[in-house]
Amino acid sequence: MKKSHIVILILILASVAVLVSFMGNLSTYETIASARQKAGKTVTIIARIDKRQPIEYDPKKDPNYLSFQITDTLGNTARVVYHAEKPYDLEKAERITLKGKMDGNVFNVSNGGILIKCPSKYKDDPASNKKALSQN
Amino acid sequence: MQFIGEHLLPGKIGHFFALLFFSASLVAMVAYFKAANAKTPAEEGGWRRMARWAFFIDVLSVFAVFGTIVYIIANHLFEYNFAWEHSSRSMPLQYLLSCIWEAQEGSFLLWTIWVCVLGLILIRRAGKWESPVMTVISFTHLCLATMIMGLYFFGNKVGFNPFILVRQMDFAANAPIFERADYMSIPQMQDGQGLNALLQNYWMVIHPPILFLGFSSTVVPFAYAIAGLWKRQWDWTRAALPWTLFSACVLGTGIMMGAAWAYEALSFAGYWSWDPVENASLVPWLVMIAGLHTMLVYNATGHSLRATHFFLITQFVLVLYSTFLTRSGILGDTSVHAFVDSGMNVQLALFVFIFLFPAYGLFIARYGKIPHIVKEEATGSREFWMFIGSLVLFLSALFVIGSTSLPVFNLVTKKKVAIGDDAQFAYNRIEIFIAMLIGILTAVTQYLKYKGTTFSWWWKKIWLPTTVALVISVLVSVFGGIQYDKYGIGFLAAIHLAMFGAIYAVVANLAYIRTGLRGKLRAAGPSIAHVGFGLMLVGILLSSAKKNVLSVNTTGILLPFAPETKQDPMENLTLLKGVPTDMGNYIATYVSGDSVDTRSKTTYFHIHFDKKRSKEKFDLYPDFIVSTKGGGETSANPDKYHYWDRDIFAYVSYAENPGGDTAQFRPSAPLAAGDTAYFPKGYLVLDSVLINPNIGKFHFARTDTAIAAKVSVVTRDSMRYVAYPALYFKDGSWQFANDTIFAQNLALQFDKIEGRKIVLGVKESSQMVPFVALKVLEFPQIAVLWAGTIIMIIGFVISIIWRRRQAALTVSR
Repeated sequence: MKKSHIVILILILASVAVLVSFMGNLSTYETIASARQKAGKTVTIIARIDKRQPIEYDPKKDPNYLSFQITDTLGNTARVVYHAEKPYDLEKAERITLKGKMDGNVFNVSNGGILIKCPSKYKDDPASNKKALSQN
Repeated sequence: MQFIGEHLLPGKIGHFFALLFFSASLVAMVAYFKAANAKTPAEEGGWRRMARWAFFIDVLSVFAVFGTIVYIIANHLFEYNFAWEHSSRSMPLQYLLSCIWEAQEGSFLLWTIWVCVLGLILIRRAGKWESPVMTVISFTHLCLATMIMGLYFFGNKVGFNPFILVRQMDFAANAPIFERADYMSIPQMQDGQGLNALLQNYWMVIHPPILFLGFSSTVVPFAYAIAGLWKRQWDWTRAALPWTLFSACVLGTGIMMGAAWAYEALSFAGYWSWDPVENASLVPWLVMIAGLHTMLVYNATGHSLRATHFFLITQFVLVLYSTFLTRSGILGDTSVHAFVDSGMNVQLALFVFIFLFPAYGLFIARYGKIPHIVKEEATGSREFWMFIGSLVLFLSALFVIGSTSLPVFNLVTKKKVAIGDDAQFAYNRIEIFIAMLIGILTAVTQYLKYKGTTFSWWWKKIWLPTTVALVISVLVSVFGGIQYDKYGIGFLAAIHLAMFGAIYAVVANLAYIRTGLRGKLRAAGPSIAHVGFGLMLVGILLSSAKKNVLSVNTTGILLPFAPETKQDPMENLTLLKGVPTDMGNYIATYVSGDSVDTRSKTTYFHIHFDKKRSKEKFDLYPDFIVSTKGGGETSANPDKYHYWDRDIFAYVSYAENPGGDTAQFRPSAPLAAGDTAYFPKGYLVLDSVLINPNIGKFHFARTDTAIAAKVSVVTRDSMRYVAYPALYFKDGSWQFANDTIFAQNLALQFDKIEGRKIVLGVKESSQMVPFVALKVLEFPQIAVLWAGTIIMIIGFVISIIWRRRQAALTVSR
């Protein structure tokens, strides 16, 4: 066997090892109900903020505690706790992607685990354009 | 209906040129194709002349389209959606062009323009390669033309017409204002939406053009690779080498400019966060670098031509795939930057496949014909290890794009998976080994000769730089203070190993300029670029491993409750206005927060830092922007203080929305001097009314007229305060000067005068004491990263000049 083949074989084996460990570390998208089944395991949830409940964030008391209620498409709800600053425009978000662990009825979001989708951030939102047209 | 006040001519001219652009590039492509396949020189010459003319018309049309858009924006023709959506009257001049590439169709136009420029240079310089290479370039141009065409074929929209009117947009359907013929005179049509406040940054002026020059130039090495396969001529690599260097240089510069922008403006808390959009531009660059190295191997030894073809085809396909990823909206749940769905997904996907299938098809069909050397490379040869290095780069690129593509994978397989707990670490734990491998390969391979090296010769040259690198990296490891144990001892060890690799790359390549090249700088481009790359790795490793959160609450005063157990450090600290707060080695004070720019609604916060046990002090002004566009999104930009060896980097993680205080002033009944008014927390007495007061806080000019009320406030807790709300006439209008009693969260306003009485406004709010939550980070040795980047670019430029001279020499021989 050629040397280059050996090296390539080693690299392929290394890649497979990387792939396996990568797959092992993947989290899954879950609903609130199925996340409860997998308590303690890191999962990703896509949900809406339940605006009927207040978003708890009082930076004067503690800038590292944020808590709010979410509802998923199946109508289940859970309380979310995040130990960092409130992301900007959280209350305007249509949908949020949360990464973290379910613990009882509380979903603990890992650091940097909130991703907010505001369609108008980088691309113009037809809805806001419509609003701009009809204001005044 | 005949609308009044519309300027329809520019749009018609623009759209005409957009269609001419499409037709001309089609003609150019066909004619170049014919020329490339021509049997006789006369036939080829005829087709080529026609192709050139078509391409010139093509270029002219593109510039006409671009010029028309500039005209529409510069003249504020807001009946056009492009001007209405992306520009506004008050926009500073330098953002006039920026707002063109804020739009999707505008950024395609930018891409197109660069292809024009590159095409013109190729026509001048490509010689015998002109016809086949320009066939590919013209085909790319044709595809780009469809992106801005905006025509309907069998009910399918192809491209997005930049000259569409507002009233033709989907969102404008049924808008009542278009029922009026004179809708142009309605206020909302008098000004545009402007450039997103987030993007009003000088990087927005220069980063996109450079990045897109990088993107568009990747087609040139690709075109040469295709031309070589097509014509079965295998010397294309010499002509393509300077282009590949150019492309790698510009794309690299563009990516790092994006990193610099992220570092200093977009409050990503750093220059690189493995965001899918960042990955999408890095991956083609990595594959391009792999192709560059195998190309050098082929030019020197005849090995690795197949790999070169493969890498250069793949890098361009990856550029197209990245375009699809970032613009289709598919990254919606994983990236903070990507565009949202624009309804062009099918077209964007086709853009990938229309290159992918023919290119790989041709590669596979010709694979057996590509010359290769049966005898394999010697273990001690430079080409062997360069090939291995390229393979490592390619595999790392594959890993990054694979992880980034999970949303695509989910879409195809209907599965639902995402990167685990810590997205950045998922990349870092792999890439750290890549950094180590590449660092070491970069160091040792330069000292190997092509075709084979004896060990003793190699060792004689390399033992000294190796020893020096070992000593330095041991010193850095021992005294550098790298104690990043967040991910355990294994990862910390990997950091130290990678640090050695990076330092080795720097030292060995520096030494090589002296010993291997005898200081001949003109030929030292590769070594200089490698030194720069090594320094970048050193900078990345040091700044990331030693990144330090300063805003950890060390006093414990402001944390009354600690909910649950938590692993993450408390990274934000609240600063009350005027209260010095303990922050690690510093005492930080929030001095003031004044809105400076009302148009873009930017608030600057003045934070003063005093270093403990030292006279050192500095001020930072992180800001807070409320976007003028869309739903009024907010964002914060950091500010930083540069020490020679580190940056202190601060941004506002929470501030009261400057316009968002919901509490209202409640007017009192009209009061005469001595009258009392009640409010929920107590009562106030109007003591007297002062005309042009000259006490304490007031500093009115002589020409101003001012009336102030002296008010005594008594609250329920029996505290007594005196406040002076005022009303003054300045520069032709009446202004309020409110007075605030911070201790009671109470604000008083001199509302108006009614006869001989006055009305006071009282506002009670729970958020009266101004404060900000701040995150402060320390980035050590960040300057090494930027210095390394600049050195790498210089190395590339020297290489381009050197290789172009060599290519010119081979041609003239």
